[in-house]
Amino acid sequence: MELIVSVALAGAFMAILGGLLAWLLAVANKRLYVYEDPRIGEVEEMLPKSNCGACGTAGCRNFAEQVVDGKIVPAKCSVNSPDMNAYIAKFLGVDMGDVVKQVARLACAGGKHVARQRAHYQGLDSCRAAATVGGGGKDCAWGCLGLADCEVVCDFDAITMNSFGLPEVDVDKCTACGDCVEVCPKALFSLQPITHKLWVACKNHADGDTAEKQCEVACTACGKCVADAAPGLMKLDHELATIDYGQNRLATAKAIERCPTGAIVWLEGAQVKKGKEAKKIVRMTPLPVASEG
Amino acid sequence: MSLFPFSTRKTFARGVHPASNKSTAGTPIRRMPFAPRILLPLAQHIGKPAVPIVSVGQEVVRGQPIARAEGFLSVPLHAPADGVVEAIELRPSAKGNWVETIVIRVYEASTQEVRWSEPRDMDALSPQEILQAIQDTGMVGMGGAAFPSHAKLTVPKERKIHTLVVNGCECEPFLTCDHRMMLELTDDMFRGIRYAMRAVGAERAIIGIEDNKPDAVEHIRARLPADGAITVEAVETKYPQGAEKMLVQSLLGLKVPAGGLPLEVGVVVNNVGTLALLGRLLPAGEGMTERVVTVTGPGIKKPGDYWVPLGTPMRTVLDWAGAEGVSEREIILGGPMMGQAVASLDVPVTKGVSGILVFDKLNIQADASRKTYPCIKCGECVNACPMGLNPSMLGMLAGGREYDLMGSQYHLGDCFECGCCTYVCPSNIPLVQQFRIAKGILRDRAAA
Repeated sequence: MELIVSVALAGAFMAILGGLLAWLLAVANKRLYVYEDPRIGEVEEMLPKSNCGACGTAGCRNFAEQVVDGKIVPAKCSVNSPDMNAYIAKFLGVDMGDVVKQVARLACAGGKHVARQRAHYQGLDSCRAAATVGGGGKDCAWGCLGLADCEVVCDFDAITMNSFGLPEVDVDKCTACGDCVEVCPKALFSLQPITHKLWVACKNHADGDTAEKQCEVACTACGKCVADAAPGLMKLDHELATIDYGQNRLATAKAIERCPTGAIVWLEGAQVKKGKEAKKIVRMTPLPVASEG
Repeated sequence: MSLFPFSTRKTFARGVHPASNKSTAGTPIRRMPFAPRILLPLAQHIGKPAVPIVSVGQEVVRGQPIARAEGFLSVPLHAPADGVVEAIELRPSAKGNWVETIVIRVYEASTQEVRWSEPRDMDALSPQEILQAIQDTGMVGMGGAAFPSHAKLTVPKERKIHTLVVNGCECEPFLTCDHRMMLELTDDMFRGIRYAMRAVGAERAIIGIEDNKPDAVEHIRARLPADGAITVEAVETKYPQGAEKMLVQSLLGLKVPAGGLPLEVGVVVNNVGTLALLGRLLPAGEGMTERVVTVTGPGIKKPGDYWVPLGTPMRTVLDWAGAEGVSEREIILGGPMMGQAVASLDVPVTKGVSGILVFDKLNIQADASRKTYPCIKCGECVNACPMGLNPSMLGMLAGGREYDLMGSQYHLGDCFECGCCTYVCPSNIPLVQQFRIAKGILRDRAAA
């Protein structure tokens, strides 16, 4: 008898406690309810969820919130396919927006076959590591070290090292997330709209003779491109040709025609066009390390 | 408490014992002639680069200021020889990048005479004026960090300094420049110590010297001033005894808080060579135009300590010390533990270069023996780290690019890159190099 009473008592207590807590939860659910647009979740499902940050937001969820709020256009997601972005736009009933595709561009063309090494680097197999040891073994202090930090960091397999030790960007796969821009110790990568077709593939600020000694395809600051290009488009800045992309509409392939080293190129999609007078590089093997003293 | 309470050797916990190789300790300091061209980077110190006050084509004399300090954390530059300013342009630096450099073509008739000086009466100066005078000399810490000396001797108002620790450990293998300066510039050194004591307001000074230099300890002890304010102590020969936090621990038993400076425990540490040169330059009112550099290593025919004019290209130094004919070699600026390998001989000797070490082909290990193996978690690095960090864990985090975690949880900021962990690692893991990268990335992120 006693047993039944204590079991019943315990059961009743638990039932009341459970009921109380359930009521508390029910009240909290009503009182603390925050309305969230259900479309945010649905839009997030349509995003790639790579959280790469290329759009400038903190991640895909944040992007979805901002798209639903109308603060950003769906086309800003550079990882999604245009079809998917159009689908999001249709789903939300907004304009997809017009965003020029950006890609990572490398401002160096000095592969092993054209750029000299002045020293052997031994140590950690990474550009950042090599850059801390006397700037790496490359004679050109601005050039690509070729140890593939960018290839490793790229989440989209858009960067592959070619046989000359230079990273090549797959324009279709590149989402302009900017990871390679951040990782390169020589700051050779930058994000450029695909409409920027005139490109200086060199960052060497040494004087012409020194630059050419360091790398056969370096900009020697001869100034022919500046003379040929539309006024105001190009100038020489510290022994290096630079392009004012504010004047990009004036850019034509004419500026590359007389570049003697082929440092200035015309980028047509994945194709790299050099001028007619650019020296032809036939060597395919790496240059030997220059011995000093 | 130490394991052997009866041992009276002053020291700190952990650390390593690399072979000392100090073969040049017995040779007096020699002078090196002027190079035909002298290259003076505007940023030879930590802080803002100096600003040129000469123009191209202008003639300068030895000792003349050619660039002024830009703000507090900066020092001026002085012409090391008579000559003419040939250019102010980008030139390669030891770090690998090209930096703004003043190029002076040296006149062949240039002499050792310093022709620009303003002798001053040091006794009449207040501590503030002494600090200003120190900045005007352009002096930086000569141990290797090249931190402006006047900034190091500037004590915040709320701090009281009781002791000036004079760092004569020279714990890096191969280097002997501080050793020679203690022997040859003893009086200058005492003068420099007095000036520094007045600048920081310290009552006493202790010169700490590793016990592998008994001649220096005896030499200084025999000449100590009678008032007893300056004393000399021998400390155990162990790397990195010359790191300031280790030396404060060894000499005074004081522990500098993590992330802090010695002045938080009332101590200022200064390198003995820096003070010796200050003792010479301050009363004469001259600027820093030269420094003592240890040029040694198996690839050098005439090893020794040299007075090298600042800005002398590495190539000239090596030619003079006899390193020609060696095609494959490794050249390190500074000591072998913390120094930097250079990739070009066109870089100049700057204010922070304490040594130039040349290793020939035989001494450069073959690629195969430098192969890196996975961490076997033996704990050698933990036993070696003088800062009490966990290099093994930090190394693994660096491999996973967890830089933020390294900084916030594993005290990466306390690592001063002494290299003990890399030295003892049986798997050849380049730990310090990984930490340098991690610190660089964390610095970039903090700046962004």
